[in-house]
Amino acid sequence: MANTALDPHAAITTTASGVATQPLTTADGKPLVRALARSQSRARRKAFLLVLPLLAFIVITFVVPIGQMLQRSFHNDGFSANMPNISAWFAQTERGTQPDDAAWQALAADLQASAEARNIGVVGTRVNYDMPGTRSLFTSTGRKVRKGIEPPYRETLLEIDEEWADPQLWATMREVSTPYTANFYLASVDRTRDADGNIQQVDENQRVYLMLFWRTFWLSGLITALTFVLGFPIAHLLATLPMRKSNLLMILVLLPFWTSLLVRTTSWMVLLQQQGVINDILVWLGVIGGGQRLQMIYNQAGTIIAMTHILLPFMILPLYSVMRTINPSYVRAARSLGATSWTAFRRIYFPQTLPGLGAGAMLVFILAVGYYITPALVGGSSGQLISNMIAQHMTSTLNWSMAAALAALLLGAVLVLYWLYDRLVGVDNLKLG
Amino acid sequence: MAVPSYATPLERVWHYAYVAICVAIFFFLIAPIIVIMPLSFNAEPYFTFTEKMLSFDPEGYSTRWYDSLLTFGMQAPDAARDMSWWADAWANAKWVKAAKNSIIIGVCSTIVATSLGTLAALGLSRPEMPFRRTIMAILISPMIVPLIITATGMFFFYSNPCELLTIFGLNPQCGKLAGSYLGVILAHATLGIPFVIITVTATLVGFDQSLNRAAASLGANPRVTFFRVTMPLILPGVVSGALFAFVTSFDEVVAVLFIAGPEQQTIPRQMWNGIREQISPAILAVATLLVIFSIALLTTVELLRRRSERIRGLSPQ
Repeated sequence: MANTALDPHAAITTTASGVATQPLTTADGKPLVRALARSQSRARRKAFLLVLPLLAFIVITFVVPIGQMLQRSFHNDGFSANMPNISAWFAQTERGTQPDDAAWQALAADLQASAEARNIGVVGTRVNYDMPGTRSLFTSTGRKVRKGIEPPYRETLLEIDEEWADPQLWATMREVSTPYTANFYLASVDRTRDADGNIQQVDENQRVYLMLFWRTFWLSGLITALTFVLGFPIAHLLATLPMRKSNLLMILVLLPFWTSLLVRTTSWMVLLQQQGVINDILVWLGVIGGGQRLQMIYNQAGTIIAMTHILLPFMILPLYSVMRTINPSYVRAARSLGATSWTAFRRIYFPQTLPGLGAGAMLVFILAVGYYITPALVGGSSGQLISNMIAQHMTSTLNWSMAAALAALLLGAVLVLYWLYDRLVGVDNLKLG
Repeated sequence: MAVPSYATPLERVWHYAYVAICVAIFFFLIAPIIVIMPLSFNAEPYFTFTEKMLSFDPEGYSTRWYDSLLTFGMQAPDAARDMSWWADAWANAKWVKAAKNSIIIGVCSTIVATSLGTLAALGLSRPEMPFRRTIMAILISPMIVPLIITATGMFFFYSNPCELLTIFGLNPQCGKLAGSYLGVILAHATLGIPFVIITVTATLVGFDQSLNRAAASLGANPRVTFFRVTMPLILPGVVSGALFAFVTSFDEVVAVLFIAGPEQQTIPRQMWNGIREQISPAILAVATLLVIFSIALLTTVELLRRRSERIRGLSPQ
């Protein structure tokens, strides 16, 4: 640590050793340098021991679970573990090899074994992730071959279902026959592999993920900009008012900050509904007719309005704490030297607020990128973000590997931003209220 | 904030426009929270002000939605309101159950987060702490990582917490934490820890380390030093950190959705279900109660912050 240089004892030893030829010693005759090093390392150990319990707790309950989850994004042995023979055949042969008798025999044996062990559903699900609509092929074939299957295997399987001859199916089975795969990452950027293993874009009507990532970042940027536009005047007002008044007004900023997220989302649902308060007021004022009430919720507008409101305090608080420290005499000096109030603001005041602006903007953006609850409740379908897609894969389609791959990409983006935040602002400068 | 005497007429106009803009933004901040309060007393199941409400007709207002918070889920909601009715409400009403769960989980996770967090903050604010920045970044990360990712990770980990040990060739069976109170408490403690770390380290910034040395030189052992010297000085920060951790748990729904079982129904989860299925003004009644609760918490934290600044001599009050 750099603190050794600041340590007064260290300073004494360095200056003293320059003058005296004899090394300085402690009262009991040990060299002072070594005694100091020992006591410092003891202090370091003590400090670390205080942090250790919490660090272990966070690593076990937070870091490891996320790591385990991310492992699912590139590891899925649903096929390889339950279909060992055909997986071995795929491993031995080149990509594009036509299935020979050995392959058909291995496939038949695996289908029968895994149907008997009642794992055929897992196998079908795994193939289904890469080639939709194939799960039922596996389960129905499994039902028929459970009791046993006779050669010739190829003809028997084709008799059960013609689809077994599909080259696309064989290519997909080859893809999923290894437990480690990058295909979930390919899928999360709307890419897939064709029969020859080349990477290509998926069909136009199936491209959703890139659009969702793009929408997540674009909406987060927009919300950050809106919180800046709304937060800057408020922070400036609070910073320039006398302490008594600003403390009072600060309550208006802190109350939303302390109010439950669900409560705030609910209030926006109530306000923005077609039969809600805002539409009622607009109709009453005659701005819009009774028949043309605005649709402000269950779409992107709902997400933007509610999230701007919810994240606004995270912009105001860092801006405020920086603006408090700005000396007002700089602006007065600029004015006395002939600057207009706009020039004084633009050239003198605004540059000094940049640290607070950077801290607030990064915090709001990082939080917005991962938002889940508010878009789920007020976003409709056009206001959904990438988090909602992760939740959907977790709870309804149950494609956990896909959820993990999307989560990995989102987490990567957030961690890069967090690292930047730490470099530019420093995590120890985070303040709450 | 007055207009300076040398201001041009244009600047005067701008000044009043600026004040008007600020008022509008404050209105945007606070109106959504205030508006649900009168609406929760609506006699009709609507989310807007009825004619009767606007003309302040007492018939337009009622406390039926607050009443429904008690009766929803009761076995005999229409019975006479004697002791057994209240006992029924205490034991069976869904919102009462949810409140009990929220408080149990909130208090337990706050105790875990605050005790571990305070200890760590003490270590982190010592100048000789190694890898301070990295460790701090790791400990704050539960606040930064999107909740859905945290909840997903916890979902897998808590369904089989021993899976990790299979790496070392062990195959122990230790049940599962998902669907248990312990699981939710640990998850919420994890999410509350960053808030404790941030508030307590902020309090320790102005803490004079020589006080500890003085206590030690006067013969106090580390334990006595901590409880008699350090603790009373950082207590306001610890308490507001604890309140932050409690609010985090009290307001948390994503992790609960992923790892809690039907027994661990909390207030946010009940609200989430209510909003998603059939939103009724009963939700507004709960929301109003929660707003009152947050006003109480905010007041406490503000008073504590001022006290802490006074103790440490940071503000001239």
